[in-house]
Amino acid sequence: MAEVTYVEAIRSAMEEEMHRDDRVLLMGEDVGAKGGVFGATAGLFQTFGEERVIDSPLAEAAIVGVAIGCALAGLRPVAEIQFLDFIPPAMDQIISEAAKIRYRSNNDWSCPMVIRAPCGGGVHVHGALYHSQSLEALFAHVPGLKVVMPSTPSDAKGLLLAAIRDPDPVCFFEHKALYRSLREEVPEGDYVVPIGKGRVVREGTDISCITYGATVHEATTAAERLAADGIQVEVIDLRTVRPLDREIIVQTVRKTGKVLVAHEANLAVGVGAEVAAIAAEECFQQLDAPVMRIGGPEVPAIPFAESLAEVYCLGPDKIEAKLRELAAY
Amino acid sequence: MAITVKMPQLGESVTEGTIGSWLVKPGQQVSKYESLVEVITDKVTAEVPSPAAGTIGELLAEEGQLLTVGQPICTLDVAEGDSPEPDAPQPTDEAQPMPVVSPSVVAAGSQPIDPVTIPLSSISSPPAPPQVEGFISPAVGALAAEHGVDLALITGTGFEGRITKRDVLLFLEGAPASPGEPTPPLPASPTAPAATQAAPGQRVVLSPMRRAIAEHMVRSRKTSPHAWTMMEVDMSGVATARAAHRERFRQTTGVDLSFLPYAMQATCRALRAVPSMNAIFDGDAVVLQRAVNLGLAVSVPDGLIVPVVKQADRYSIAGLAQVAAELIDRARAGKSRLEDVEGGTFTLNNAGALGTVMSQAIINQPQAAILVMDAVIRRPVAIGDAIAIRPMMNLCLSFDHRINDGAAAAKLLGTVKGWLEAVDVETPVY
Repeated sequence: MAEVTYVEAIRSAMEEEMHRDDRVLLMGEDVGAKGGVFGATAGLFQTFGEERVIDSPLAEAAIVGVAIGCALAGLRPVAEIQFLDFIPPAMDQIISEAAKIRYRSNNDWSCPMVIRAPCGGGVHVHGALYHSQSLEALFAHVPGLKVVMPSTPSDAKGLLLAAIRDPDPVCFFEHKALYRSLREEVPEGDYVVPIGKGRVVREGTDISCITYGATVHEATTAAERLAADGIQVEVIDLRTVRPLDREIIVQTVRKTGKVLVAHEANLAVGVGAEVAAIAAEECFQQLDAPVMRIGGPEVPAIPFAESLAEVYCLGPDKIEAKLRELAAY
Repeated sequence: MAITVKMPQLGESVTEGTIGSWLVKPGQQVSKYESLVEVITDKVTAEVPSPAAGTIGELLAEEGQLLTVGQPICTLDVAEGDSPEPDAPQPTDEAQPMPVVSPSVVAAGSQPIDPVTIPLSSISSPPAPPQVEGFISPAVGALAAEHGVDLALITGTGFEGRITKRDVLLFLEGAPASPGEPTPPLPASPTAPAATQAAPGQRVVLSPMRRAIAEHMVRSRKTSPHAWTMMEVDMSGVATARAAHRERFRQTTGVDLSFLPYAMQATCRALRAVPSMNAIFDGDAVVLQRAVNLGLAVSVPDGLIVPVVKQADRYSIAGLAQVAAELIDRARAGKSRLEDVEGGTFTLNNAGALGTVMSQAIINQPQAAILVMDAVIRRPVAIGDAIAIRPMMNLCLSFDHRINDGAAAAKLLGTVKGWLEAVDVETPVY
């Protein structure tokens, strides 16, 4: 197996799938000749040509709308939104069309498409207002959509293959801080990670830290620090935030009785609230402490200034402090 | 007006105490500050003074019972207007008297813990169903129901003393971390705990002292990066001086003249020369201590205790010998007072008295270092070009490498060594 970065894993997943299935095509701003602003589609235009790697106008509603049309016509489109922050113009297409086609057509039609978008921000990413948001909760709220947020190169590849093959629309959100900071051995060939299945990153008995995306790595660092003091934190990477892996949530909460849900997105009406609700509904008798959450503050976006971005973002220190609070309860 | 007298905080880091003997009876008139009850902690035995004049109501704790700081021990009927000690930090209807032996025992950072677990009022009436104060989480309630555990037997370690799931699991495992298990009444003298006579194969529940030592040692090793170094000292001069003064010393002071006071005085001089060894690490600063309060590690049954010679640098050899003898006698008799064991700034361990020749001690937190004087042994050493037999002693220093480096350690040891090797018959004893 070759060691590849997160963004290379995404690129290779699309390339392999385009070789395997000629219904797969890409579209988005600068995905063609330029190879994407982050290089996620580098070289694919040269390999597959302009009919399968389509440079779109700067019109997100059109990108998604065309992708929906392709999907209904039997293709397997992968639409890239250059930054997740740019997706609002396409919301109508996503929420009112893509998500509802199966229901509206009484199961006669489906909309097999993927919407890829880089998300997240933080120190060294310099996202600021238009390049930093974590909007997964908006999509996770909508029945008919799946929302995937891989945290590792292997998961990025395996989940992207699963997303492309999925018969329904899948939002595939990639944290840009992971693109080139992570490198690991990624299985070659047909490696599929099922959507809706979380994974245990680190086993523990005392507290469960349930998270996803880039925060997985911060939580793991925090967990290692607590381990030095004999506090064993089980870190769960949800991988998919819709549908949530209820089984893994219930299992870990029943095991430890103490839960911290951590994510970069702000807390109000977020994914953490849903996880907390599952813990409370399914594991009430096993809870030994209030279910706690940690996330971004109620601020419209991650500030540009590095010092302020640091205040906004979680990082291992804040997660560690919250875990210690929970441990002491 | 009835007030409740609560278990006071009996020293730095002390969170619980065992009720020794009751010194009063229900209905008895007591004056303010009169001793009510003896409390045995892992450090000392102390008497709890009455916070006000009044009549003893109900005794809420039995002899031998282990109580957390803040738990009620008895009720006291106080005449209206005769309020408890006004400077004591407590609500008007509750009183947590300071122990009789020390005016300043509530250490910063060691908050008294609120009453937990055992409603003492139910103890004296056995048929009453056990109740548990504090929040019972769903997990704890379910576990207790599943295993038929009586939660009143478990002492909580969680937020505000609540019983955590972990507490229940440890209790089910029979781990010693469940101090709320009924404690067998302690013998009148805490110096003879039954634990020391345990048979092989027996599971010996930790005594409060053993538990405190265990906790302290682990914490010390975790807190301080321990570095260790050693120097050899030629004790010929001290041995000669000691032999010359010993007989008269015994007659005048009643105390045997050992190597210890010499080593103590040398240590005090060295600490004055290397102030960073008489210091405490405090996050972003090192706090140099004004006084040299020299702790002496003393072995007692089932543990050790470190009485402190306050202002040790102000004593003569004879003074040190006498003060040390008094402190050590009290420690071995289980009669150390709270003030005896507080305020140490540096610890000296005379492990050599037990025959050891090279010791790696663990630092007595939050001090900067601990010095061990090992056994004085006659062995061949090179003196110039000749070989001579000399009484040699190893001085071993474990020091917190956050505060000091090897150079300071060497300077400390070198100063002790230099001072001891310079001792002769003329060195003042009195």
